[in-house]
Amino acid sequence: MSRVTRFAARDPGPAARVVGFVAHLRDNGLRLGVAEAVLSLTALTQVNAAVPDDCRRVFRAICTGCKEEAERFDALFDSYWMDDRRVKQRFMPKPQAMLNDAVHSSRDTSGAESGASGASTTPDTEDGEADSDGTGKLIATEQRNLSRRDLRDLIRTEEIAEAEAIARRLGAALRDKRSRRRIAARKGDRLHFRKTIRRSLSTGGEPLYLLRKRRPDRTCKIVAICDVSGSMSVYAQVFLAFLAGLMRADKEADAYLFHTRLVRITEALRDKDTMRAIGRMSLMADGFGGGSKIGPSLQRFADTYAKRFVDGRSVVLILSDGYDTEPPKHLETALIKLKKRGCKVLWLNPLKGWLDYAPVAGGMAAALPHLDLFKAANTLDDLAALETDLVTL
Amino acid sequence: MTWQSLQTALAKQDYVASDDLSVALHLALTMERPLLLEGAAGVGKTEIARTLSLTQDTQLIRLQCYEGLDASQAIYEWNYQRQLLTIRSAAEDGETGKSVEDRIFSRDFLLERPLLAAITQEKPPVLLIDEIDRADEEFEAYLLEVLSDYQVSVPELGTITATCKPIVILTSNGTRDLSDALRRRCLYTYVEYPDRATELAILKARCSGVEEHLANQIIGFVQKLREEDLEKTPGIAEMLDFAAALMGLGIADLTCDRAVLQSTLTTLLKTQSDQAQITSDVAARLAAKAA
Repeated sequence: MSRVTRFAARDPGPAARVVGFVAHLRDNGLRLGVAEAVLSLTALTQVNAAVPDDCRRVFRAICTGCKEEAERFDALFDSYWMDDRRVKQRFMPKPQAMLNDAVHSSRDTSGAESGASGASTTPDTEDGEADSDGTGKLIATEQRNLSRRDLRDLIRTEEIAEAEAIARRLGAALRDKRSRRRIAARKGDRLHFRKTIRRSLSTGGEPLYLLRKRRPDRTCKIVAICDVSGSMSVYAQVFLAFLAGLMRADKEADAYLFHTRLVRITEALRDKDTMRAIGRMSLMADGFGGGSKIGPSLQRFADTYAKRFVDGRSVVLILSDGYDTEPPKHLETALIKLKKRGCKVLWLNPLKGWLDYAPVAGGMAAALPHLDLFKAANTLDDLAALETDLVTL
Repeated sequence: MTWQSLQTALAKQDYVASDDLSVALHLALTMERPLLLEGAAGVGKTEIARTLSLTQDTQLIRLQCYEGLDASQAIYEWNYQRQLLTIRSAAEDGETGKSVEDRIFSRDFLLERPLLAAITQEKPPVLLIDEIDRADEEFEAYLLEVLSDYQVSVPELGTITATCKPIVILTSNGTRDLSDALRRRCLYTYVEYPDRATELAILKARCSGVEEHLANQIIGFVQKLREEDLEKTPGIAEMLDFAAALMGLGIADLTCDRAVLQSTLTTLLKTQSDQAQITSDVAARLAAKAA
């Protein structure tokens, strides 16, 4: 294995390297603590640690926790352990940094202290807009003056908090659906007499079990899909803050973003710090602010994730301007497929808030017949006004 | 024991495990950690627990999760009927008070459910907690308690501590995200559909009579079928059914009889729209490509 990283002579030993690797994974968004590092070291004694592939498998079993992490793992492993061709400044955290890890929360490790290879992918809160390309943005900037007050003014933190509060209210409006009928439940508010009497037969007519019933919540699961292509990049950060609010208001919610491909960002958005969550997420989506392939992305969603996460009690929320570089047919078939799963499909289009907007873009026109709700969302007022629409859905 | 020897032991029981899975299983065994397996339906997640119990020569205790599963079905329950009968007969014998109470709240009257049964065995059993994603989050928390302390407290009886640490395998189809706490306590492996060579090995291990030419065709056909845009992708169990069906009908070549091929597809395609999509033309084309 010629690619195995050559560690410096002053390297204090395998334990420090493993700790460094766990810190490297942590910097890249995997939620790992000290326990995993300890466990990894113990586990390495159970296999032949001189074989790189065995080590890779051991670390994968211990350090990953879901499919998305497992898919990213190989690249992260290679960048730390199989990096001989690249020049590295420093490989392991200083002893103080390790001490910090043990004492404080895992978030305290900064990018500089941990593995140097992590630096190129350390989350940065400000890079969302920086790498958007020119073409899509032009469409939006031309019309900026027409809008009353665009969401792009909202980048300041307190206004993000406001957007988050609205997201919470919308989430509640969508989710508060209680059934009229009662069903048997262990912790119900009323006694279920029929079942209690029936059950008492088996205990000689004595109602030993008191069975209960309640009105079950028919909760709606919200699945949000956000477009972060070039034409949307001015809105992206705020929409994403809106999503972050939605995610925190609702543990069940699910979030994705797409430009030319689809990425699941549910895990990243669970981060408590909104700005950092957005930073982490824009890293996951390399190509942020690039072209938009709405149809193929939604098709991919309908074929893969939707099978797992979307059912008759889901609401799919699409945040996009509908400018698709692919033929509109893709978009139409994707939406038909999605609708077949019995969900509601809402489309929030930032352009719709502008004067004289008509959904003439090919993709948008094709999508319209399949939507349950098509609304504008480029000012906070618009987002707040959605609440009444969603209650009646 | 190394993971390679575990892999060989599994192979002796006709289970072809990938290297990743073998290492994870080996770690789960040696470090006494639960192992969480995720993957599409039909990739052999449940089967691994059964095979593991055979190689370890131990009992398999299975807990099938479902929505609404609670502690009384998963951990323990009092045998109320027996308690009631005992109380009645005690009343006839003139026995009263404390002695009856002590008697009816003893271990004899406790019905062991899978989790309690698993920690009170003499030899560590394999505990399979199947489709954990179907159970409620409430139950997940319960499970964490049992799996971390390996003890169960029964209010009337006191704490029952484990006599052994079971080998715990959890499976999930990913219909909902599991809690971080559970994931952190487990080793994790995502089980993929097997590649061509692996699946061929599985087929040969399970259907010993299959001929080389037909086996290659079957695997090629199923692998091609998985690339099609299906609602329900056929798993390994479906592939084995398909092979058994072909052998039962005495077919030696997939391409020779379109009508028979189409009729055996019922073993692979399990929804109406999938069956409508794979017409006999499509099936014949796939079979030709597979050869």
